Amino acid sequence: MNKKIAAFLLGTTVAFGAISGAMAGDKVVKIGVLNDQSGLYADLAGPGSVIAAQMAIEDSGLTKKGWKIDVISGDHQNKPDIGVNLARQWIDVDKVDVIADVPTSSVALAVNNLVKEKNSILLDSGAGTSDLTNSQCTPNTIHWTYDTYTLAHGTGSALTKSGGNTWFFLTADYAFGTALERDTTAAVNALGGKVVGSVKHPLNTADFSSFLLQAQASKAKVIGLANAGGDTVNSIKQASEFGIVKGGQKLAALLMFISDVHALGLNVANGLNMTETFYWDLNDGTRAFSKRFQERMKNKAMPTMVQAGVYSSLIHYFKTLDKLGENPHDGAKVVAAMKEIPSDDPLFGKGKIEPNGRNIHDAYLFEVKSTSESKGPWDYYKLVATIPASEAFTPLDKSTCPLLKK
Amino acid sequence: MSINLQALSAQLLVGLINGSFYALLSLGLAVIFGMLNIINFAHGALYMMGAFCAYFLLNGLGLSYWPALIIAPIAVGIFGMILERTMLKWLTGLDHLYGLLLTFGLALIIQGIFQNYFGSSGLPYAIPDQLKGGMNLGFMFLPIYRGWVVIFSLVVCLLTWYLIERTQLGAYLRAATENPTLVRAFGINVPRMITLTYGLGVGLAALAGVLSAPINQVRPLMGSDLIIVVFAVVVIGGMGSIMGSIITGFSLGIIEGLTKYFYPEASNTVVFVLMVLVLLVKPAGLTGRAT
Repeated sequence: MNKKIAAFLLGTTVAFGAISGAMAGDKVVKIGVLNDQSGLYADLAGPGSVIAAQMAIEDSGLTKKGWKIDVISGDHQNKPDIGVNLARQWIDVDKVDVIADVPTSSVALAVNNLVKEKNSILLDSGAGTSDLTNSQCTPNTIHWTYDTYTLAHGTGSALTKSGGNTWFFLTADYAFGTALERDTTAAVNALGGKVVGSVKHPLNTADFSSFLLQAQASKAKVIGLANAGGDTVNSIKQASEFGIVKGGQKLAALLMFISDVHALGLNVANGLNMTETFYWDLNDGTRAFSKRFQERMKNKAMPTMVQAGVYSSLIHYFKTLDKLGENPHDGAKVVAAMKEIPSDDPLFGKGKIEPNGRNIHDAYLFEVKSTSESKGPWDYYKLVATIPASEAFTPLDKSTCPLLKK
Repeated sequence: MSINLQALSAQLLVGLINGSFYALLSLGLAVIFGMLNIINFAHGALYMMGAFCAYFLLNGLGLSYWPALIIAPIAVGIFGMILERTMLKWLTGLDHLYGLLLTFGLALIIQGIFQNYFGSSGLPYAIPDQLKGGMNLGFMFLPIYRGWVVIFSLVVCLLTWYLIERTQLGAYLRAATENPTLVRAFGINVPRMITLTYGLGVGLAALAGVLSAPINQVRPLMGSDLIIVVFAVVVIGGMGSIMGSIITGFSLGIIEGLTKYFYPEASNTVVFVLMVLVLLVKPAGLTGRAT
């Protein structure tokens, strides 16, 4: 009997040894870029983010050191169920190590949970909700580019300080819009401003005239657009049609990307303020990257901050793998190692990853140039102010992330 | 909730504007379904092509909005007739499902091609100078362009209805759908008439596209976002009924506008709730005849 038990124990030990042998470090990495490839957020992330990921692999120099790195991409169609199913398949079947980008906060929050359950990695660039590093934070997620706190404290505070003390929100009816409205309301209230009302519109709306009329009737000094991508573009375009800005109300495009400005044209977008953490024409480093990126894009577009964030977060990931010497295929372990080294690349400059998974770096308040100020295509922004990293993101003592309570 | 009469009238008017697009598009669908028995899922893509056509005319040839209003529907209409001659023609007499699948596939291909080259956020198209600005109606600020859209589409809808229901040509058309063999016996070229009818329906879609270009972005997906609602409109109005689809188009725009005021979260579902209710009570639609 004892012999049998001994044989069984021996057998299991050998079997486990074999499994852990297979799981142990190797030099194989698989990246999955999960975003909107065809809908209203496709230009701000979409195929451009996949190009950014490929550029990060090339620039990391790891393949020359014998690493094998692959990228796959998928379209989550801005639907959490589709996003989670795809991510689950990637992790379980395709052995994907990192899920990158994931715009659309509702999808990002769902994938965030899955990644924790599977001990994988989420390097989120595209999503806005600050919940990812607050109540929903996990040891497997890093939120890279921006969040609703940044937008609220950039554009929101700047407009309130310059006299816009009453606000009305046009809010996209999902996780991101709600978070952005909440964070901006807090920023406006902190400066003594007041929110007089808000209206929630469905994601991907073509006609905003009803909502704009309600905003107009509210007599608020600032109309805050807590939406993104195509929704923001349509709101701004139709607001100009309904004479909202001429009537004395100000528009606050809380989240706007360079792809949106390009779609609107400078005639309509001129004078808008927005907060971004990356602009292609900031310095030599950003210009060099952006020119290379533009050449690869089918429609010759410059990178948005989301696409730049995909590049930057992956560069940092590869730097960490290089330091570890192998890919341990252990999400939490790699993320912990990523938090130990400061981030530094030509796109976002120096930064660091906070214990709650928030990568912090400088943010910028921009104003859209007029047609006469712009020297050519994609020359759209002038810098109004630089928001230092410490002010651009939720201070650690105010973060509600459970990881910080240990 | 207190009802503000001013705000309410403003919402009614805004609803009417959206209704004009629904009416123009569902009219084209109704013409095509009524005359050709084809469920034209490519309608949204053809509407989008109309908007793009206006954009190309302006930026490529320097032709303004006004010529585009005529040229774009004709150009896209010709494209539609080519589709009919080369593909749809072969589906005559087959189950509706084949036409639906073919046109749906065509829509995906057309959209995919445009998206590949122009991305998804779209291209700007300015309101023509003559229609810029707006007027204060007391209860709301009405952009002149929106007013123009309502009047123009109403006129086009009524003209189309007149053409089909009240003229000799319309009578031939209706006869040809009832009994093509007999009409052919009178020496009328039925296949050519069918092709022209499809061209007319497609032209109406393209016209709606040009009208919407200055309001919305010229986007590859502008049609696919709209087409599902428009199909609901056609179903509610009664498949194939010309006047039915005009009236339902305008009234659903108004109902949607009111929903945006009273309960905005439901604004993109209200049309479908209505569709379910109507189908439960009158399966052939409000003005349709049961077959």
